[in-house]
Amino acid sequence: MAGWFARGRISVVGRLMGSFLQKSRTIAGVIVWIGIAIVLAIILMAMLAPFIAPFDPNTKVANPETAPGGPFLMGTDRSGQDVLSRIIWGARVPLAIIAVATTMSLVIGLPIGLLSGFVGGRLDRILVLVMDSIYAFPGLLLAIVVAAIIGRGILNISFAIAVVYIPTYFRVIRNHVASVKQEPYVEAAMALGMPRRRVIGRYVLPNVAQSIPVIFSVNAADSVLTEAGLTFLGLGLPPGIPDWGFDISLNWQRFDAVWWATFYPGLFILILTTALTFIGEGLNDILNPLLRKKEYKSVAEA
Amino acid sequence: MAGSSASLRAYVIARVILMVPMLLLLLTFTFLLLRVAPGDPVNAIYGERGNPQVIDQIKRELGLYDPLYVQYFTYLRSVFTGNMGTSILTSKPVIEEVQDRMPATLELTFSSMIVASVLGIGLGTFAGTRRDRPADYGTRIFAAMAYNIPIFWFGLILKLIFGLWLGWLPVSGRFSPRLSPPPHVTGLYTIDSLLALDLRAFVDSVAHLILPSLTLGIVLAGFFIRITRVNVIQAMGSDFVEAARARGIPEQAVFFQHALKNALVPVITTMGLTFALLFSGAILTETVFSFEGMGRFVFLAISYRDYPAIQGAVVYYGILMVVISLFIDILNAFVDPRIRY
Repeated sequence: MAGWFARGRISVVGRLMGSFLQKSRTIAGVIVWIGIAIVLAIILMAMLAPFIAPFDPNTKVANPETAPGGPFLMGTDRSGQDVLSRIIWGARVPLAIIAVATTMSLVIGLPIGLLSGFVGGRLDRILVLVMDSIYAFPGLLLAIVVAAIIGRGILNISFAIAVVYIPTYFRVIRNHVASVKQEPYVEAAMALGMPRRRVIGRYVLPNVAQSIPVIFSVNAADSVLTEAGLTFLGLGLPPGIPDWGFDISLNWQRFDAVWWATFYPGLFILILTTALTFIGEGLNDILNPLLRKKEYKSVAEA
Repeated sequence: MAGSSASLRAYVIARVILMVPMLLLLLTFTFLLLRVAPGDPVNAIYGERGNPQVIDQIKRELGLYDPLYVQYFTYLRSVFTGNMGTSILTSKPVIEEVQDRMPATLELTFSSMIVASVLGIGLGTFAGTRRDRPADYGTRIFAAMAYNIPIFWFGLILKLIFGLWLGWLPVSGRFSPRLSPPPHVTGLYTIDSLLALDLRAFVDSVAHLILPSLTLGIVLAGFFIRITRVNVIQAMGSDFVEAARARGIPEQAVFFQHALKNALVPVITTMGLTFALLFSGAILTETVFSFEGMGRFVFLAISYRDYPAIQGAVVYYGILMVVISLFIDILNAFVDPRIRY
């Protein structure tokens, strides 16, 4: 039972804590690098799709529902298209969605959060109320509403996803700004008569910016999942574009017999989203001082 | 003690009374949003092939040509008389549709919440007490993957393995068609069959719940593990834990009586907030398992611009949110004696 409560034996293993700490930081670092490597590999795969895909993704190249093997590593789907080629080409859609959706949420959420946190007062209260109500709404449902209103297509879907994520950027940035605002250096700059905009640009934004990569990676992973979910429900992209989510929606009814046509696209979604989360988790470990401080404290007192 | 429970009661009553204006606002907002959005139910249901004259006629009957304020007050009247209007898509009163489907979603979300809490708090504590050791990293990788798995794909895999290959569990619906469902009391098959003392029906309804709630619960557990782990780590490093250790209290008692209780307050609060997440997942899970619940209902209602159905669903969703947050507040007041209302 003693092993269950390792933290309790810190004074005993105190001398080892230094190496523990180093190790934890390198493990966090390794996790970030694994995530980055996987994401880069998928980006490369998407860019080189015309050269590395063995077949055209939109052409019938064999009998429908051919099992994996031979020239078709991952088999063929119900239309006789090569699953592997569709996966290679299909990487482009989630990546495009990530790029567009996260940029949209960041570009809208960041300035509103900065403003709300820095100005405070009534404006802040109203913005927090609005953002919190959007936040309390089920994300996929909100995306369904937006997608049902504005229709299909990469830009539309990205917008639907961006709407869901604006409150997340807003909340994190706003709360961070509200606490940074109290810092002596910000008050000093204000007292010296520095214009607000320069105070925000010079002192507030750089301090707040460190929380952006973490939200970004979570946001990116979630946008891939939301896009796949929307497509699964039939609200995503128009047919014809190879897309992992779309391939699942096309083939899942035959999952029992033709598992490969559904399994592989889903597996790639999982790989991409997990890699993105690794980046975020690792960065969070490195950047989050709240959890790290205790570690130093224990070391100091050991 | 009597004083604090009286104030808790006053707080609950105030929250319930506040619910009325809040729901009214929510309803008005949804009403306006739906009218501003392009598309209307009749066109969505009958499509472009529909006879324009027939469509015109139906629209007139539904009152879609009336001025907005007339539509609004007609609708409000139906809300206050309690029937929430009639679904345009199914021509059934919205309240009947909801009564049919809400129990399914309640069963699904409640059982998923159990799966997620057990896994999340268990594994989160496991990882948090072994910080930075292999067990911690393993658990975190599991959590990251669980949270990031496409939920419908995960559901399909479980369905394939446990339903089709192993044949252990049913893969769709809420109840076997060969059994007769228990008499309707609550609409929750599990509870109704227990009330009717029908053991076979109970086992059947639970069996139908297992795969959907594992699907939804494991995905949600990924999130709970993270939250629990962070809070356990923070509590274990806090001054009161060190003070307890300094007093020579056994480590196990320090953990269960001091650290865990404090770690759980933010965890419980977060669990209440994840209801939104749960509902998003429910839409997809219900689709995969042909589980006719509110998720499917809302999705269809939105796709067909079924105004009364969407508005009705929003009202019930609002009530549910208030009830859940109230429940969380009360739960926290019990766990943490500092919280008083």
